[in-house]
This record gives sequence, structure tokens and C-alpha cells, in this order.
Amino acid sequence: MTTAALQVQAVSKQFGPVRALDGVSLELHPGEAHALIGENGAGKSTLIKLITGVYRPDVGQMHYLGEPVLFAGPRDAQAAGISTIYQEVNLVPQRSVAGNLFLGREPTNRLGLISFRQMNRQARETLLQYGITVDVRRPLGELGLGVQQMIAVARALSTDARVVIMDEPTSSLEPREVDRLVEVIGLLRRQQIAVLYVTHKLDEVFRLCQRVTVLRDGRVVHSGPVADTGRLRLVAAMLGRDVADVREHGATSFSEEHHAASGSPVLRAEALTRRPRLDGVSVDIHAGEVVGLAGLLGSGRTETAKAIFGAEPVDSGSVHVGANATVGGRPSRRWTPAAAIRHGLGMVPEDRAVEGVIGDLSVRDNIVLAALPRLTRAAFLSERRQNQLVDTFVTRLRIKLSSPNQKVRELSGGNQQKVLLARMLCLRPAVLILDEPTRGIDVGAKAEIQALIDELAGQGLGVLLISSELEEVVEGADRVLVLRDGAVVSTLQGTEISEDRIMHAIAAASLDAAETATGEQS
Amino acid sequence: MTVQAIGHRERADVLKLLEAAGVYLAIVLLMLFNLAFTPHFATVTNLRLQLVQVAPVAIVAVGMALVIATEGIDLSVGSTMALAAALIPLYIGYGAGPAIVIGLLAGVAVGLVNGGLVAFAGIQPIIATLGLLVAGRGVALVFANGRLVELFDPTLGALGNSAVLGVPISVLVVFGVAVVAGIAMRRAAFGRRVLAIGGNRAAAALAGLPVKRTLLTVYAVSGCLAAVAGVLSTARQGASDPSFVGLLIELSAITAVVVGGTPLSGGRVRIVGTLMGALLMQLITATLIQHNLPDSTARMVQAVIIVVAVYVQRGRSRA
Amino acid sequence: MTTVANPPTESGHGARRLSPDSLAFWIRRASAPVVLAIVLLAGSVVFGGRFASALNFGNIALDSSYLLLIATGMTLVIVSGGIDLSVGSLLALSGVLTAYASRWGSLPAVLVPLGVCALFGLANGLLIGRARIAPFIVTLASLLFARGLAFAVSNEGNHVYIIPAKTVLTRLGQARLLGLATPVWFALAVFAIGLVLLNRSRFGQAVFAIGGSEEAAELMGLPVARVKILVYVLSSVLTGCAGVLVAAQTQSGLPTIGEGRELEAIAAVVIGGTLLSGGTGSLSGTLAGVLLLKVIQNLINQVGTLNAYYQQVVSGTFLIVVVLIQSRLARRRLR
Repeated sequence: MTTAALQVQAVSKQFGPVRALDGVSLELHPGEAHALIGENGAGKSTLIKLITGVYRPDVGQMHYLGEPVLFAGPRDAQAAGISTIYQEVNLVPQRSVAGNLFLGREPTNRLGLISFRQMNRQARETLLQYGITVDVRRPLGELGLGVQQMIAVARALSTDARVVIMDEPTSSLEPREVDRLVEVIGLLRRQQIAVLYVTHKLDEVFRLCQRVTVLRDGRVVHSGPVADTGRLRLVAAMLGRDVADVREHGATSFSEEHHAASGSPVLRAEALTRRPRLDGVSVDIHAGEVVGLAGLLGSGRTETAKAIFGAEPVDSGSVHVGANATVGGRPSRRWTPAAAIRHGLGMVPEDRAVEGVIGDLSVRDNIVLAALPRLTRAAFLSERRQNQLVDTFVTRLRIKLSSPNQKVRELSGGNQQKVLLARMLCLRPAVLILDEPTRGIDVGAKAEIQALIDELAGQGLGVLLISSELEEVVEGADRVLVLRDGAVVSTLQGTEISEDRIMHAIAAASLDAAETATGEQS
Repeated sequence: MTVQAIGHRERADVLKLLEAAGVYLAIVLLMLFNLAFTPHFATVTNLRLQLVQVAPVAIVAVGMALVIATEGIDLSVGSTMALAAALIPLYIGYGAGPAIVIGLLAGVAVGLVNGGLVAFAGIQPIIATLGLLVAGRGVALVFANGRLVELFDPTLGALGNSAVLGVPISVLVVFGVAVVAGIAMRRAAFGRRVLAIGGNRAAAALAGLPVKRTLLTVYAVSGCLAAVAGVLSTARQGASDPSFVGLLIELSAITAVVVGGTPLSGGRVRIVGTLMGALLMQLITATLIQHNLPDSTARMVQAVIIVVAVYVQRGRSRA
Repeated sequence: MTTVANPPTESGHGARRLSPDSLAFWIRRASAPVVLAIVLLAGSVVFGGRFASALNFGNIALDSSYLLLIATGMTLVIVSGGIDLSVGSLLALSGVLTAYASRWGSLPAVLVPLGVCALFGLANGLLIGRARIAPFIVTLASLLFARGLAFAVSNEGNHVYIIPAKTVLTRLGQARLLGLATPVWFALAVFAIGLVLLNRSRFGQAVFAIGGSEEAAELMGLPVARVKILVYVLSSVLTGCAGVLVAAQTQSGLPTIGEGRELEAIAAVVIGGTLLSGGTGSLSGTLAGVLLLKVIQNLINQVGTLNAYYQQVVSGTFLIVVVLIQSRLARRRLR
């Protein structure tokens, strides 16, 4: 076996009370694609940031091309030949496609000035290899996420890399683009480049990689050739459960019962449209029902959630809450989150750091935030009622903290998510919208939240569940709406719900669209 | 690894201490220095003088602290002071009371314009209040025709120069303002909203908070307090001087707020700290003057203190 | 590798969308020159020869040249996502130092203020780029420090240094070429260089990228801190140049000048279409913004009987109106 391109030896990394990595070792060999899998919060991102120099390990070492190494930052790592493609597109949306591709390495003429003509030409040629034909002069931000991601790939691969790290690269890719990525990886392997492929999608592991390492709660729980590992074993390793247990009870903590919809819906959203993201989406939710929204990144799931909650305006469509109340209507200027809350809706947003928690405020302040109007008397807050509310929910949701006065920033991801849940549950809503409720949190908290959703639904709460983890949608939802390009392309009920059916619905729709497009051209 | 971790924690503790108590520490040190080396410092007259001189800045700074807590800024406070000052002589004929009320209303009006631009038009606070800074002083000068007007109203004079139980009225106003602001921030829903908006505006909106209304209020309060300061300045001077009143006071106010421990990034506010920040700056200037050090030195010292204060804060939020 | 013929540009739809982005972009860019043209026309009609004369335009050009120098640096800073409040004070400090150092000759009279300004820029850049303190605060502190220093050097404003009349500095500074004063040519030259620097150099691309997304720029391997330092040094040095030229023109170094110039520069940049949030902007827009501000000030002066204070009211209102219009248009590009 050739010497390893990259060796990570027993590294550990701690952030305050949270131990993100604990004695992790990993080896990348030239010409080999190595899968790094684990649940959200297992430590994959931290490991990558450690390798690329964003963080320093507290303990342990790294060897690159045989030499011990400690990178000062991403620039250093890049210069040394470690190229990274991130899950979020880390390009500059205001700059042109070509500009992004060549940032820092723009071709210059004899005078040292940038030659835009050359840059644009080279950009077009490079992107053609990826099957992308766009106007390279337009700002990157105008393109769909999938294309942006491919451009990020193109940029990362245009340097002389020896190691390429891909962090969940397919989260925004169409099946066709995934095929292209597979070809790209094949090319890299033939060039004896080592690929670290981070994902939580097991199909990709079996399709693309030769070795696999499984992380759980910051530790390596399994490492070996892909050929020797079965799918169930991988899932079990990821979750820390028995293989037999997983086979029988599924991968999540959702119960197996499905609730059927009965009676009239407590929430009815009709024909929500907002160009270009939403194209006539209709959703209805009954009491005690969990409705799942499935779809690729960019399909309009979050936009639907925000439109229902009044967080974003719509061009047309309406939202009806409760048996008789009719609110919303045309350009819902008065349909705001405040109004939605008053009518019994609640939402836990997708990105808790950006739109959810207020880091500097205490846990208590965060929890009671939405309930302020109900806790005030003559403009003053009732301390007593606040504390009551906080105590109730901290206990009920099992939020781990040292004191309710603690800054919410200091809590772990899972507990922060629980705080956001508590904030909405304070209001005793009739319908709760959950956008990626278990993203980026540890396995334990994840199980708790999934069980909680079940419990709440059992008590009559209507839930709209959005998740990129298909197994969550499959096991948690009573009914699934599959979204594509802002429209509902398929509805699955009860036993119809399966990962295969959902993927098929997404793919089939994209095949249709491709046919239509080529049909228009001919 | 443990050794490293401990070292890191120690440094964070020292910084935390500095950040929380630094301003008080500095004031105590300065007072001690003055008691030792400055003649006539410890007299009642001098202490009263210091407090009266710092009163306008302190009042403006409290309003500024609220605005900064929402991650905004209000550069127009000096011009609002001038506007209030310019309006008083025009309405003093109806009595001191009505004239003062008109001045305050003008302050509120300026604040509402600022707030409207920021909350509804989505213009960045620095630009919106910059526009009002320029236009506001212009309007004030137009009203006053650029002239200084002497005022002889006895009520106004009393407001500016007399005391209750030995405490000058302007200082009482400072306390009053600070107490109301402090209570509002701690015990009222309004305060919670302000901090939430400054901490994470998107999250506040999604939690159903009335973001626009709160921003309007905050800027209106800032404008009103600036007007109060303008009225007090005018009362004390016995003259309305819109060319010079409040000039550059926005810098002093921002300094007081920052040194007092309120971060520019919003989400946290220290009312008492703000007052202390204003007091510290006042003491520094006074100390330097008493020791015949020039105004320019005071400015340079002010600059260094601002950077140090923010640097210390920075270290804390990064830990 | 296989390629799909005519793959969709976005999300399965083959149709190309006309981006609302570009419309708003061009409206922002074009608004300042268009309004400028209108104002020039209106001014010529209303005031005739008093306004539209070579003498008057020459005066406007001279007035604008100092602001253009400052605003060029300010554009770079703002595009990079920052702000520089210290330029007004640096203008005064530079002028004072020029006059002070003129006793040693014309070369020191230029090098000393530029060197000191460069140091200020370096300090700003280090505190902002490396210590990561907010640009607003850092440059606010610089504003205070520089003003204090200017007063300290001139003995609290009591001593105004004079530059002797027949030195190289004064001769060059007060020279005229084709009827236009030296500062005008210098500012135009700097503007041209700045244009090339911002739009055609790698450094310029880096400035745009950092302003657009500092995180992404960092991850893409750009030397973010270094670029930021350079940007603030440029801003300070260009302001220093303006200060030297002012001193050469007036043959004196007054520590009181420059009050509010930073705000004027910011206004010019913003009116010119550069977004305060950074990442996008144009120097040609700044040129239009500078000219627009100065022409309006000139027009108000032409009225003569009107209070100088109205000038302030108009300036302030004007800034707000322009920004309002731009933000209205920018709203349309939100997805």
C-alpha cells in the first residue's frame, strides 16, 4: 500500500463543555475515496476544520505527505494541496461566476492587469467539462444552488490538490449532477488524489467509496473497507444501536404508528405562490397529524414554511387556521409571524443560529420571548409567571443547563433546539412548523426531540415536519408532500411512504422537466 | 492539555473582570489621583460642577445606549439638541413650559423620522441619522438665523441653575432618566424587545416581536432625550446657541456607551455603565484641564480609552 | 465525460430569466450621473453665465478635487465592507504637518504628513484586520486621536504654520495647467489609477470579494487581513495627499479644517451607488457623487441671499432622498 497522503492521529478538540472530537484517527490514501459518515453533531465538520487549519487540535497530530504538519488556516492548507468543498456554497454571490472560479488566481496580461476576456474564456471551458453552460459574467448568486455547488467543486479542483475533501457535496444536487460528481471523483482517483467524502447518505458511500469511517459523538466507532461492511451495520454503528434493533424499529426514535387524518384540517394553506421560489403550494394539516415536506435543497420547503408562518410575503395564496377563522388572503401584508402566533401557529426555523436563538440573552429570556404579550400586565413583565413557564418547559423537555440565567449561546446544539421548541410550546399552538429540528445536534437530543414530536402529535398537535434526513420524514410523518421547484409533485400517505418512493418522486419530476426543456429546444 | 486549558481560563477571567468593572476601577483610580494631586478637587462646588457639566452628555448617552442596543446608531443627537435650543426662544413668549414641550416634540419628531427611515425604508442607521445630523442642524440654524439669543426667563434660569436639596436639577434629570431607562430595560417587555432585536433581529421577527414599532420607539426616545439635553444646556447657559450646542456630542455619547460596557453589536445594555462612562470621560477632561494639559491631549486619551475598552470587550465575546 | 446538450441553467427550467438584479444595479449606478446632468442643466438655465462659466466650473473642480481624493480611498474601504471616519481629522493633521515640515524643505513637507497618515492607516488596518475590532469604533478613535494631534502640533490652534511663498511646494501646488489647478489634475490621476486598481487588478477583485463575503473570501484563500490593512493605508494616504494640497493652496496648516469631511465623503460614495454593506460599488459612481454634492453646494451659494444653513438642510435631505430611492429599487432584487 502506498504511504498515506494524510494521517490524522488521535486528535481531540473541545469547545467549552462540549467535546467535539475524542481521539480520532484517520488515514487517506492516494487514489482512494474514503467516506466519513456520522449523524449530525457527530463531529464530521469539526474534523474537517481541524484538517484544514481552521481549528487547532487540543491533542494529537497530523501528517501530510509524510511530514508532520499544523496549518495556520485554510489558506495554508490550500497552498499545501488540500482542497475543500464545503456543504454551504462558500463563494461570493455578488461576484461573477468566472470571478469566483479564479478569485486570487485571475489571469493577467503583460501589464499585470486582469484579462477578463481570458478569464471568461477559461471559465467557460472549465465549466463545460462539468456540463455547465452559463453566462460566466453574471453574478454567481443568480444561479441555482446545485449549479453553484458544482462551480465550487470546479474551483476546488482547479488547484493542484493532493487531497480533496468534500463535505456533503450532494445536498443541493440533482440526480444528474450527482452522476457528474461521480465521474469527477473517478477522475480524481485516477490521478492518485485522495478524496475524503463526508456524507450521511449511505447510498453514496456504497456507490463511491472504498473505505469508510464512522463517527459518533466525536469518536471513531468503525473503520474499514466498504466492501466488508453491510448497510445495516453502518446505520447501527452511526446510531450506536444493535443491528437487530435497527432492522426492527427503524433508524429514528419515531414510533411506528401512523395517525390518520380525521376531521377538518386545523391548517389549510392554499396555492401559495411567490416567484420564483413557490409555485402554488397547498398544504393541509389535521389535528394530531404529522405532515412531512420532502425535497431537495432549494425545492421550496423552507419558503413554504415561512410563507405559512407569515415570515415572508406571498404574491398570492391564502392561509386558513382553525375551523372557522380565515386569515391571510392576497398579498398578505397583515399576515406576519405575530399574527400567525396569535392564531395558534408556531415555527422553529431552519437555522437556529441565524434565525432562532438570541445568543447573548439568557435561556429564560429566549424561552419567554414569543410569549411576552401574555406575560405583561401594564407593560411590566411578571417575573413569577416567567419563571413558572421556564421551569415547566425546562423540565418537560429535559433541557440541560446550569441555570436559566445562563446565556443560551453556552448550551449545546441539542439543548438550544429544545429552547426554541419551548419558546413555541409556551404559546400552546395548534400547529407547529418544524424546519430541520434535528440538524446539527447529538444523537441523544435527536432521539428525545423525535420522541417529543410523536408525543405532541399524540396529544393533538398538528405538525409540519421538514427534514433533509429522509428517514426522519419516512418514519415520522403520517403523510408526505414531495416538493420540487416550489410545487407539490407527489403526496404519499401512510404505508405508501418510503425513501425509494420519495426519491423516485423527486427524480421523476426532474426527468419530466428535462424532457420539457429539451423538447422546447428542438 | 490541562495546563493549556487553565491558562486560557485565567486570561478570560481577568478580561471578564476588566470588562465588567474596568470603568468603575478607572473612575476610582482617577478620583484618588485627583484627591491627591489636584487642588480644590474635593470641594462640593467642584464636584457639583463636574456633575452639571456631564449631565447633557449623560442624558444623550442613555438614549444612545438604547439605540446601540438595537445594533443601530444615532448620529443626529447633537443636531437635535441644537434644534430644541433654537425653538425655545421662538416660543418662550408663551412661557417656559410650552417652549420646552415644543422643543421636546421636535426631538421626538426627529427621532420618528430616523426610526421610520431605519425601520420602514430599511436604510442603514448610520446613513439615516447622518442625513438628519446635517439637515437637523441646518434647520436649527435657519430657525435661529444662526444667531445666539439670550434668554431671561426665570423658570428657565431656575431649571438650569438652581438645585433641590443641594442637587442641581440637571443632575436630578439624569438620575430620573437613568432610573426610568433602567427599569424599562429590566422589567418591561419593551426592554426585552430592544435586546432581542439587537441580539438577533431575524429571530426576534420570527418570534412575533413588533420590530418596526420598537425601532421607531427607540429612535424617538433618543431624539427626545437629546432634546432634553438641549433644553438643559440652553437653560444653564441662559442663551440659545444652535451653532455650537451639542457639537460633536454624538462622539462623546458613543464613547460613554462603549466605555461603559455596551457592545456596538447590540443585544446587551448597561445603563449605569453608560453613566459611568460619561463620568469617566468628564473626569479625564477635567483632570487634564486642572493640570494645564491641553484639550488635544484629552482627545488623544479619549481615543486610546475607546480602543482599549472595545478590545477588552472583544476578548470576552471571543472566549 | 458526457455532456448533456443544452442543460438547464437553473432548476430544470431552460428559460433564461432577466435578472431584476441588473436593473437595480444599473439604476443605482446611473442615478448620480443622471441627476448631475439634470442639475447642471437646470443650474445653467436658472443662473446663466454666473454658473456656467469656466471660472465657476474651475472652482467647482478645485473644490471637488480634495473630496475626490478622500472619497476614492473611502470607496475602497466601503467596498471592502468597512468604513473610515478618520479622514476629516487626517486632512487637518496632514495640512498642519505639511506646514510644519515646510521649514525643512518641500520634500519633507510632503513626506512627513504622508508618512504619518500611512501610520494612522496602518494602525487602523491592524486593529480592524487583525484585532477584529469594528471599523466604526477604530476609525472613530483615530478621528479623535488625529484631531488631538493636529491641535497639539499647532499649540492648541494658537499657532498657524505658514508655508513660505516661493517654495517648490507652493509653486507646484498653486500651478495651473490648461486653466485647472494642480489638485484637480492630481485627483484625476489618482482617480484613474484607482479605477484600474479596483476594476482590473487582483487586489481590486479581492477587495470586492471581502466586502461581498469575508468568510467565503477567507475560505477561498484570500489574504483578508493584508488586503484590509492595505485598504485603510490607501484611504489615509490619499487623505494625506489632499491635506498636502490644501496646505499648498492656502499656504497654511489649520488644525480646524476637515470637520465633517468624512461624512461628506461617505455621502458621495453612497450617492454614487456603492452599497454601504460592501461587496459592490464603483469609483465612477463616486466621481459623479462628488461632483453632484459640490455642484449643489455651488448652486446654493449662487442664490446668495439664501442662508448658508439651507445648504445643510438641502445636503442632508438630498442624501436621504437618494438613498431612499436606491433602497426602494434594491428591494426589487430580493428573491
